[in-house]
Amino acid sequence: MSIAKTFLGLLEGGPSHGYDLKRAYDEKFGQDRPLAYGQVYATLSRLLKHGLVELDGVEQGGGPDRKRYAITDAGVADVDLWLAQPERPEQYLQTTLYAKVVLALLTDRPATDVLDTQRAEHLRTMRELTRRKTGGDLADQLVCDHALFHLEADLRWLELTAARLDQLRTEVAS
Amino acid sequence: MSLLPRRPSSRTGGTDDVRPTDGSPGQDEAAGPLLRGVDLHKAFGSTAALEGASFSVSPGEIVAVMGPSGSGKSTLLHCLAGIVPPDRGSVTFDGRDVAALSDAERGALRRSAFGFVFQFGQLVPELSCRENVALPLRLNGVRRKDAERRADEWLERLEVAGVARQTPGRVSGGQGQRVAVARALATEPRVLFADEPTGALDSLNGERVMELLSGAARETGAAVVLVTHEARVAAYSDREVVVRDGRTRTTEVVA
Repeated sequence: MSIAKTFLGLLEGGPSHGYDLKRAYDEKFGQDRPLAYGQVYATLSRLLKHGLVELDGVEQGGGPDRKRYAITDAGVADVDLWLAQPERPEQYLQTTLYAKVVLALLTDRPATDVLDTQRAEHLRTMRELTRRKTGGDLADQLVCDHALFHLEADLRWLELTAARLDQLRTEVAS
Repeated sequence: MSLLPRRPSSRTGGTDDVRPTDGSPGQDEAAGPLLRGVDLHKAFGSTAALEGASFSVSPGEIVAVMGPSGSGKSTLLHCLAGIVPPDRGSVTFDGRDVAALSDAERGALRRSAFGFVFQFGQLVPELSCRENVALPLRLNGVRRKDAERRADEWLERLEVAGVARQTPGRVSGGQGQRVAVARALATEPRVLFADEPTGALDSLNGERVMELLSGAARETGAAVVLVTHEARVAAYSDREVVVRDGRTRTTEVVA
């Protein structure tokens, strides 16, 4: 999953320090794998370099300077593009999709569109596999069926998530 | 048995055939959709089933109608097929307003130009499988001998020739559903409506029914409206329309 895109999405809610971004990320998407501070600051300096975030202020205190980052217009456009593009259908995709749905809800974008776009992409791949299977030998059929069942599981998750969007919206807002 | 391509004279109904002689859907697609529903609304009592659903299908095209249970998929199919009238919106088949037809004309249209497959075959239990497939042909005035010969051809096409003499109660679910597909296609409909056609079957039987159904539909150039909540079934279609809360959505992937 893209930490950079996720940070951008989180920054749409308002400027933030690296430490607060890490905390928000770990809480919403980290599950049992919290981000290392090195990853956080490397990601932020890359975003800064590409003009997707800018420095919003530097607080000086007893310890190291605390930089506050804000998303730029180019950063918002980057999030738009990311959310609108489906992920390549593959196994264990849910973490990225989940992050996209949560960020769409957090930033008042239509989360249903994220799910619908992904469904269309999954079905496109499933059609290709079905065509290959229909014209293929038994080995083709078995290989394609394996992939089809996995993609179908993703789609079931999409449908379930679509049905629970209102509930998820309430939870991520709290 | 060759199903390619049909002559207009082989059609059992009285509708004009605009199918291209080469069997490809291309020319018809250029001419626009064969069946189109626009802004359809339908309520049952105080429950709204459709709230602005739109849909179109071209000759030779298979379109999956997807969505969760209770989203309005089947109601959309019923409105498109002229089984229930929409409260608002229009349905046109081959350029004709279906709502403007009399009940008798609509019934004739369903018998001659439309075919139906439902989740549970809904075969007539007292008749043999051959008689079930021949039934819609007989209702359209085809002589018994011809109807049964064509029924046998369709049963063979659907790989269930062996159950021709059996009654539906004595055949397996997968066989029964293939008989139902044969019955739906026997009149060589221009639109095949399939409502969860594999919903009652296991994976293997479901796959085979879909292979045969989609293969036969493509050979005959029939348009197919395929209602399903199963992605693997929808993967036999050319495109999908998603119904949610009575409204349709189509999705285009961002390039």
